[in-house]
Amino acid sequence: MSKKPSATAEKKDAESAASVSPAANVGINQKLTKDDRIDLFRMMMRIRRFEERSLRAYQAKKIGGFLHLYIGQEAVAVGSCSLMGKNDHVFTAYRDHGHAIAVGMGVNELMAELYGKATGCSKGKGGSMHYFAPDRNFWGGHGIVGGQIPLGTGLAYALKYKNIKGAAMAFMGDGAVNQGAVHEAYNLASLWQLPVVFVIENNGYSMGTSQERSSAGELAKRAEGYNMAWGTCDGHDLYDVRAVMDKFLRAAREESKPSVVEVRTYRYRGHSVADPDNTYRAKAEIEEYRRTKDPIQVFQHQLVAEGVLDEALIEKIDQAARAEAEAAAEFAEASPYPTVDDIQKDVYWEADNPSERKSKGRLFFD
Amino acid sequence: MPVISYREAIRHALAEELERDANVVVLGEEVAQFNGAYKVTEGLLAKFGPNRIVDTPISEAGFIGMGVGASMLGIRPVMELMFWSFYSVAFDQILNNAANVRYMSGGLINCPIVIRGPANGGTNVGATHSHTPENVLANHPGVKVVVPSTPSDAKGLLKSAIRDNDPVFFLENTILYGDKGEVPEGEHVIPLGVADVKRAGTDLTIVTYGRSVLHSLAAADLLQKEHDVSAEVVDLRTIRPLDIDTVLASVAKTHRVLIVEEQKPFASVGSQLAYMIQREAFDELDAPIHRLTTVDAPAIYSPPIEAEQLPNPQRVLKAALELMA
Ligand SMILES: Cc1ncc(C[n+]2csc(CCOP(=O)(O)OP(=O)(O)O)c2C)c(N)n1
Ligand SMILES: [Mg+2]
Repeated sequence: MSKKPSATAEKKDAESAASVSPAANVGINQKLTKDDRIDLFRMMMRIRRFEERSLRAYQAKKIGGFLHLYIGQEAVAVGSCSLMGKNDHVFTAYRDHGHAIAVGMGVNELMAELYGKATGCSKGKGGSMHYFAPDRNFWGGHGIVGGQIPLGTGLAYALKYKNIKGAAMAFMGDGAVNQGAVHEAYNLASLWQLPVVFVIENNGYSMGTSQERSSAGELAKRAEGYNMAWGTCDGHDLYDVRAVMDKFLRAAREESKPSVVEVRTYRYRGHSVADPDNTYRAKAEIEEYRRTKDPIQVFQHQLVAEGVLDEALIEKIDQAARAEAEAAAEFAEASPYPTVDDIQKDVYWEADNPSERKSKGRLFFD
Repeated sequence: MPVISYREAIRHALAEELERDANVVVLGEEVAQFNGAYKVTEGLLAKFGPNRIVDTPISEAGFIGMGVGASMLGIRPVMELMFWSFYSVAFDQILNNAANVRYMSGGLINCPIVIRGPANGGTNVGATHSHTPENVLANHPGVKVVVPSTPSDAKGLLKSAIRDNDPVFFLENTILYGDKGEVPEGEHVIPLGVADVKRAGTDLTIVTYGRSVLHSLAAADLLQKEHDVSAEVVDLRTIRPLDIDTVLASVAKTHRVLIVEEQKPFASVGSQLAYMIQREAFDELDAPIHRLTTVDAPAIYSPPIEAEQLPNPQRVLKAALELMA
């Protein structure tokens, strides 16, 4: 990923951005209506504007801790989550804003969570890295690299146990593939044929470490060692993400087959907002991606070529996304913080449901 | 004496020990090319080269275990955990292998490894990134646990840790990295297991360590100025070995004890201290031992509320006044 595209490749990319995506003709994409396509575009735009607004809030010191932006990777979450049926589920890591919006969470509660407000999706308790919405089959938002992968596998186990035809998508980064828990989960998923798709969002870097410096061999190909199917796709092309993910999701839902999909993508911002991003990659590399592979631009060109989008509509969608993000910031700003008493709520089910408590003894200490 | 930051103090200790002993190597995520996630190891790669300053993949169980294995052959690995919170990924290597191998081999195998990195709350990174595992670590005989509060202590204690033949777990603090203080140049070695009276006083003893020392000192100032109460602040510096004698000497002087720690209360370092103080100095106590800890819940994200979950000068002051009442 860190190799600079050659001048000719660059030209070709720019052209292909304007031309029709080869994946456009795949069934799952062909059957999209005009409105579906616009919705997919709008969803990416909303994520982008939400995150840009959150970055400004971070710079204004409204947000604490870490802020890992998904900018540049939007087509991965939007493409994958657009395929979700009612029994499909998502787990991801700390770079979770895109997935959260893509599964349908509201930007107000997401922004309020960043501000640490009681109106946030986790009541201000989780922060940027720990978004959750079980009512939307979105199970987080996990801060420990690779820690969510066994969870996705476990959810798939539960689906199979309950005879539910669904699939779990467990997203991770290219750095996460080197965690032991990931390998243990791969083996379990394959051994027991669990309906899980492990999705590696390969953005080329884990913090300041390029893929070549952290991983031996091809990432998705490791699936072979576990007797799992695997594939790759172009994460800059939303249609390609949908085409490839659809195939593996079907295998999971219909035949309970696990798989590994490696999505080639790129992040434009530092690892987190705190990363000065000046030691491990060239500015020119980032610019190159922005110019030729931006997933929103690529899809926009695609939809313009299809006659689905025009300048006026693009402008309208963009303005609406900006206004929505601005309103979310205002909502967050106006919301109250949790109280000190709230610190000890949501720790134990029994403490929060005292009338149904069965255990005896002290739960909290000082 | 030069005034340098806590971060630089640790870096100087590393550089000096790398210089002194060719068996010392530094391994961890982002320690080399990226100059450290918190810039502690900045410049070490340029100075000592890629054989001795080594970037690892995000494989804590693997690379910490490797460090334990390498130490068996006399390497002195100084492993960086980007956050101590990630120790749980390498729990088996740290607490089964490093802590037990000397014992299980009947003393045949030593494990002179240092694992270091920040372990603190207060930066709004949520429950997964805010663990303070000094009590969990110290629960394992065979290991040593160090939590420095000042730049000078950080340097002197890290040099001892690297020279130690047992596994030493060195817990830093991201909020302290920028703090400055006087630090002796060159050979400045503080033995493990020696507490430090950071402020002398007569009316109560505050036993504490790590960043809570700073909160306790701030509270002690307020106690003196606003309430005419003289607090002695004892900084443990090392959790295991534990310098209980310095604590008991202070108790014999003040007869009142407040323990302040950035720990969850259940089975914390303070629990052990309180047990020992009542057992060995019961007759010296004019009041029950009090303790101020982190509010008993996972770390909350919300920035202003997290500040209230952790010890802070106002909370220490309040606890001290309750003890004096
Ligand atoms: C077990 C563990 N080790 C280290 C970290 C610190 N850390 C957070 S993200 C990250 C890089 C992960 O890179 P990658 O998996 O490629 O995901 P990306 O950030 O590119 O989305 C590291 C080292 C962590 N959160 N958890
Ligand atoms: Mg990555």
